[in-house]
Amino acid sequence: MSALTGTGSLTWLALRRDRFKLPAYVLGLALLTLGMLAGIGGQDRQALVDETELFASTPALRIFGVASGASEGATTMIRGYLLLAVLAALMSALSVVRHTRQNEETGRAELVGAAVVGRHAGLAAALGIAVGANIALAATIGLAGIVAGQPTAGSFTAGMATGALGIVFAGVAAVTVQLTSTTRGASGFAAAVLGLAFVVGGIGNMLGHADATGLRLVSAWPAWLSPLGWGEQMRPFGGDNWWPLSLSVLAFVVLVGGAAMLSTRRDVGGGILAERRGDAEATRGLLSPFGLVWRLQRSALIGWAVAMAGFGLVFGVISNEMKDLEGAAAEWYARMGGSEQVLDAYRASIIEMAGMAVAIYTVQILLRMRAEEADGRLESLLAASVSRPRWMWSHLLNAGLGALLLLLSFAMSMGLGAAAALGDISAQVPALIAAGLVQLPAIMLIAGIVVALTGLLPRAAGALSWTLLLSAILLGPMFGAATLQLPAWAQDVSPFTHTPKLPGADFTAAPVFGLMVISAVLVAAGVASFRHRNVALPT
Amino acid sequence: MRTELLTRGEHQSSHALPRVSLPPARDGDAGAAIWVWGLVKRFGATRALDGLDLMVRSGEVHGFLGPNGAGKTTTVRVLLGLLRRDGGKVTLLGGDPWQDAVTLHRRLAYVPGEVNLWPNLTGGEVIDLLGRLRGGLDPGRRVDLLDRFQLDPTKKIRAYSKGNRQKVALVAAFASDVELYLLDEPTSGLDPLMEIVFQDVVRELRDAGRTVLLSSHILAEVEALCDRVTIIRAGRATESGTFDELRHLTRTTVAVETAKPIGALNDFPGVHDSRVDGTRAHFSVDTGELNGILERLVEHDVRSLTSSPPTLEELFLRHYGDELATREVGRELAGAR
Repeated sequence: MSALTGTGSLTWLALRRDRFKLPAYVLGLALLTLGMLAGIGGQDRQALVDETELFASTPALRIFGVASGASEGATTMIRGYLLLAVLAALMSALSVVRHTRQNEETGRAELVGAAVVGRHAGLAAALGIAVGANIALAATIGLAGIVAGQPTAGSFTAGMATGALGIVFAGVAAVTVQLTSTTRGASGFAAAVLGLAFVVGGIGNMLGHADATGLRLVSAWPAWLSPLGWGEQMRPFGGDNWWPLSLSVLAFVVLVGGAAMLSTRRDVGGGILAERRGDAEATRGLLSPFGLVWRLQRSALIGWAVAMAGFGLVFGVISNEMKDLEGAAAEWYARMGGSEQVLDAYRASIIEMAGMAVAIYTVQILLRMRAEEADGRLESLLAASVSRPRWMWSHLLNAGLGALLLLLSFAMSMGLGAAAALGDISAQVPALIAAGLVQLPAIMLIAGIVVALTGLLPRAAGALSWTLLLSAILLGPMFGAATLQLPAWAQDVSPFTHTPKLPGADFTAAPVFGLMVISAVLVAAGVASFRHRNVALPT
Repeated sequence: MRTELLTRGEHQSSHALPRVSLPPARDGDAGAAIWVWGLVKRFGATRALDGLDLMVRSGEVHGFLGPNGAGKTTTVRVLLGLLRRDGGKVTLLGGDPWQDAVTLHRRLAYVPGEVNLWPNLTGGEVIDLLGRLRGGLDPGRRVDLLDRFQLDPTKKIRAYSKGNRQKVALVAAFASDVELYLLDEPTSGLDPLMEIVFQDVVRELRDAGRTVLLSSHILAEVEALCDRVTIIRAGRATESGTFDELRHLTRTTVAVETAKPIGALNDFPGVHDSRVDGTRAHFSVDTGELNGILERLVEHDVRSLTSSPPTLEELFLRHYGDELATREVGRELAGAR
């Protein structure tokens, strides 16, 4: 019996478990590509040149994408590649974790390992389907490009650049699952590596320079230290370099070799890093429903706060470049930010985007109520002397405070960045903080929706909350007004439409008050209905 | 020790036993920690509880026996106010478990059968948290229980085995000094040594005058700990009483040898499965009819007689006997021996 005996059967098992998940990822990303290419299809040549030039010449924007020339395909890739590649990396890493560490954590691997199965069979099967999924992803993205009428070589380069990052992160996950003994830890580790790759690649791009045409970024050397950089340097639709692919393949081979070596040095179920111990007694702060929820959301909140502060700083620093913006991009900001004055429009737009991002966080945190209930953890709390309204309020209060903290960290650092670029710190920071704070009522309305759904329709709460949030974002200023230019009544459905467009416009109390009243009604409905229904418990 | 047939529609199989009615109880019966009458709970079309009666007196350890799916957990969840009842009456510690949940829960502690806790908290943190939310716990008892259950409180919940997670819930409940302990299959996953510790702790609670409702399908545990039991089947209580009362309703197995030949016993009231071989006889007899048959045997000059009283297990098997062929209960019972 070799170390790989049984890989075939385990591959079939993994494919059976992932038969919906992986195809959904692959098709979803292909459709996303198709949508982005179709969206840009209507723009005139000048708009493409303007946008490409902006990304090539603005250091802070280079973090989000590498300009490789002005064409429909190349310009789409500036903003689109990062999204596609990050999703491919997550697809791959999560899939590998699911078929290795998760099996060990749940004890399934023990059952399987007792059969005629080699030591490395589980890992090999997981890597096999991850690589297969990425090859399929590269091919379908390529086809999507061709369907959208783009050049064949560029389309497949885009696909391969995306799949390449996915394959690297399958390798990264193969290592992280050896390190920690938990699924969450292994996924979190891989996500942290992805974040690091983004930061390192971004620094390399930021330190680069635009070439003579002004439409193409020449990245500095740190970009070559990041797997994201390797994908970007394949330059889909802008030269189509295939050789960086070999770097990704090499990294994959090295990572898998390392993973195989690490796996022989640990027990099944264990990790190279020992499970950390914690406190034998609870601190006072934990000993309430509020304290518990705070503890549960703490690490997610810190991560979000750091990210929001980082993005805020970047968006603030590029204020100076935005001041002189013209053309289609300036009009887009004007429609979203509701001001003819481009800097005001830009600042209002960015703060609105931050508000929508914070709304995503809020929904994610509040849906933990549903998870606590469905997974049975709520049972222990309610069996102790905690009333149902108190439990819901402690979640809502935490989510509200978390949202406030995130808005403040974004607005404050954007103000500091803007002050660094434009001067006048005493005006910039308070103006942006005010603009950030007025986002809160719209976010709390979304929070009210989640609370109401958790009370009224618990089983559908997750799907409905995300659907309604997505609708609110699509009908709101960013898409509804600026991109799709929907009729006013449709935009009015979104709570984000009603947020005063500070700092350019004046503060108006009526819409803010209205949002808060609706939010209060939704929360009251949710709490009241939760009081009167059965708790949904696992059986 | 009063038994009577209940008049409510009751399924009677060939050897069904008469139901024991609850003692006449009224709302807020002073002696009852838990008083449930005619409890109905529906989930969609299924009636998980179908007219359940249950009375737990203050200061007793009450066994709540039944196979999986009989409605034990549903009953406990109604008692905790997690589920709303669809019919019947329920009084818990003199209050309504749905209306007065928060105040009542200060006076009780609960151990769920399936322990679901927060994976990134340590066992010690969970014990303190649940204790505080219940209204406080005794730090001395906490230390003592951690030691007796041999539980390391510094480990994260996700790093505990199933048995150790169960211990976290047990320590969290027992460290609180409350009037009533609701234990829903609390020893699943415990090893035999810990089972002994568990039984010791429950006995101490009883000695201290606390009330315990112990839901279980492990007969040995119930037999070792409980003053009274209620047996539940398909959402109804089929038996309730002390073990003596319940044994009275079952058959005693008798093997006897007499000087004179015994003759046929089959027509004798209450006698079943008799095998008579001249002066030897082996039969089982409804315990209530024991006197009559003994009088008859004495006439034949008894030389030797052995009788074995029914175990709780036999009692239980008789109740579920017709299901054993098709359900897992039999295997579980065998496993519990």
